[in-house]
Amino acid sequence: MLVIRGGRVIDPGRLDGVHDIWIESGRIVRIGNMDEHAEPGDENADVIDASGRIVVPGLIDMHVHLREPGYEYKETIATGCAAAARGGFTAVCPMPNTNPVNDSAQVCRFIIDQARSCGAGVKVYPVGAISVGLAGRELAEYGELKSAGAVAFSDDGNPVTNGQLMRRALEYAKGMGLPVISHCEDLLLAGKGVMNEGTFASRLGLAGIPNAAESVMVCRDVALCELTGGRLHIAHVSARESVEIIRHAKQRGIKVTAETAPHFFTLTEEAVGMYDTSAKVNPPLRSAADRDAVREGLADGTIDVIASDHAPHSTVDKDVEFDAAANGISGLETSLGLSLALVKENVLSMADLIEKMSVAPARIIGKENGIFEGAVADMTIIDPDSSWIVRADSFCSLGKNTPFDGWELNGRAVMTIVDGGVVFDASKSGL
Amino acid sequence: MGLSTRDVLDIASLSGEDISLILETARRMKEIFRRPVKKVPTLRGKTVVSFFHEPSTRTRVSFDLAAKRLSADLVSLSASTSSMVKGETLVDTVRNIEQMVPDVIVIRHSSAGVPHMLARHVSVPVINAGDGMHAHPSQALLDMMTVLEKKGRIDGLRLAIIGDIARSRVARSDIEGFLKMGASVVLAAPPTMIPAGVESFGVDVTYDADKAVSGADVIMMLRIQKERAASFLFPSVREYALRYGLNAERLKLAKKDVAIMHPGPINRGVEIAPDVADGKHSIILDQVENGVAVRMALFYLVMGGQWNAGD
Ligand SMILES: [Zn+2]
Ligand SMILES: [Zn+2]
Repeated sequence: MLVIRGGRVIDPGRLDGVHDIWIESGRIVRIGNMDEHAEPGDENADVIDASGRIVVPGLIDMHVHLREPGYEYKETIATGCAAAARGGFTAVCPMPNTNPVNDSAQVCRFIIDQARSCGAGVKVYPVGAISVGLAGRELAEYGELKSAGAVAFSDDGNPVTNGQLMRRALEYAKGMGLPVISHCEDLLLAGKGVMNEGTFASRLGLAGIPNAAESVMVCRDVALCELTGGRLHIAHVSARESVEIIRHAKQRGIKVTAETAPHFFTLTEEAVGMYDTSAKVNPPLRSAADRDAVREGLADGTIDVIASDHAPHSTVDKDVEFDAAANGISGLETSLGLSLALVKENVLSMADLIEKMSVAPARIIGKENGIFEGAVADMTIIDPDSSWIVRADSFCSLGKNTPFDGWELNGRAVMTIVDGGVVFDASKSGL
Repeated sequence: MGLSTRDVLDIASLSGEDISLILETARRMKEIFRRPVKKVPTLRGKTVVSFFHEPSTRTRVSFDLAAKRLSADLVSLSASTSSMVKGETLVDTVRNIEQMVPDVIVIRHSSAGVPHMLARHVSVPVINAGDGMHAHPSQALLDMMTVLEKKGRIDGLRLAIIGDIARSRVARSDIEGFLKMGASVVLAAPPTMIPAGVESFGVDVTYDADKAVSGADVIMMLRIQKERAASFLFPSVREYALRYGLNAERLKLAKKDVAIMHPGPINRGVEIAPDVADGKHSIILDQVENGVAVRMALFYLVMGGQWNAGD
């Protein structure tokens, strides 16, 4: 028996107050308030003092790249899951752009088995491919992928350039009740671009990627979502025009959801500085106007989810010319710290933040996640105030690629609990 | 007095005083050209490593000649002679170069920012010989030297740059240099060749070459890359030549004493008509000669040289 005592328990729309939580056999068995001096109810109970802390339903990062199978030098399922646990995540959804691609039950099961056996304790809900080999030519076998455990479909890393394929993917996935996650990018408009198009790119002599490379595809996919009645989820929203298109679509009742990543509401293209490849990401860091629009989209509910798009890379991929450097930021271990700043800056309430990092992603991938009697005991305990310094070289992730190295952040996960077991405990990690 | 920076990576990081010092030093270096023995022992025992990761004949020969005239030892690497291939990390590149124990490194690279990244990793001065679409500081310096020589000043002049500004490192460096030295700049190109965010550059922009030509004291014609038509930047070489090429007819709009520059190599009959390139207003060959002098000055100054007339 595990008892979490004295924390502020927030389950958006359900609970917000100081409660004690009793956990047994991996489930929440009781939520209540015990007398301060009373025994927890069981002499053998482990009691976790959560006073001053926030206890929330387990955080879920629905957009990560774990690189295994195929690119184990960048990340493995074990290191990625360890990074997730440390970042406060009880579950992650790895994208299928591995080698081999996760377009079959076999690969899907391999990923789930690796996650189970690696000992990190974090739940892994794979995203299956939209198209075989991410090649954009034929649909992957969604039925088989779903039975193997896939929770959504995406060709992330690649856009689906063929509009007919995207239409059919949305339609066919509708029959499974699963969402299609779209990496919105018009490859021809993005061209050879390596950062946001604008003054900074022009001064640095780097080829630019216009906002429209993203927004024209958001526009297409919203139209296809309306046409098909399928469930569309837009990945990593970076451009203000995309926010506006999604807002308008939601007003019209179209079944679209959207996510953004902490780097898009925290940084602008200026972070590229003098060719800092740790700030090279796709879609690229945009202008201040875009960053502000993303924040507004989070605040008014246009953007449902915060997901890190955790994209670990090795120095071999990053310590090269800016043009040749790989896109991506290793985000699992900074995501919560960066997102808590939105609460401090009054962009979101704490409950809204938990909604976007836990409840909404669970709803989109069709998993139950909440704090109530009988629920699976997946929980994150957050210290909302403790200040800490980001040290990339001490990341659990093999990917040390972050533009936030050396940043001081306020707030972090101090404990991650999965199925009633502690998978991360800051006090035991020397943090 | 020396340069305020260790490296010469772009014009933006040089001060106006740095530029004046380089131009004055280059002017004196040029005097060496008039001597019967065109070589001085100033940098004897120093090693220049020049690393050209992108094909270039003129700039490379110019830097090599500059090093030789100062008696430096020269190691010239190109992408094919070094083992550098795509995929080698910059750290490996740096290690390879450091094996040669250089006193100064000259680098040309097809990717913007590589000289900056290199400079962060090495302990000797780095001179950028052109990086991607970013900067070509020695070109801008030789352009300024040539204009100063012909016009006696840069301050108050009007420079017109015509061509693919968006994809030109020469244009970027010229804009920064000439503005810094008090000139005004007008850019002329079709909108497809104007960089995004140009409004923050402090220059005038026109889509009409005639407007740029009239009133200019100096015209810089950029080389047009014919294959760019395939990226929809312009319909055809023919139409480009008609609308933006500098020919005798268009030149009539210019000031009587206008000077015409080109960074070379020239597409005769495309961006510039042969009779204009070879005509009395052309200072293109002076640019080539001054290129060597400017690069000698850069070597000399980044290696901590103090100009001494008796040297
Ligand atoms: Zn993506
Ligand atoms: Zn991704």
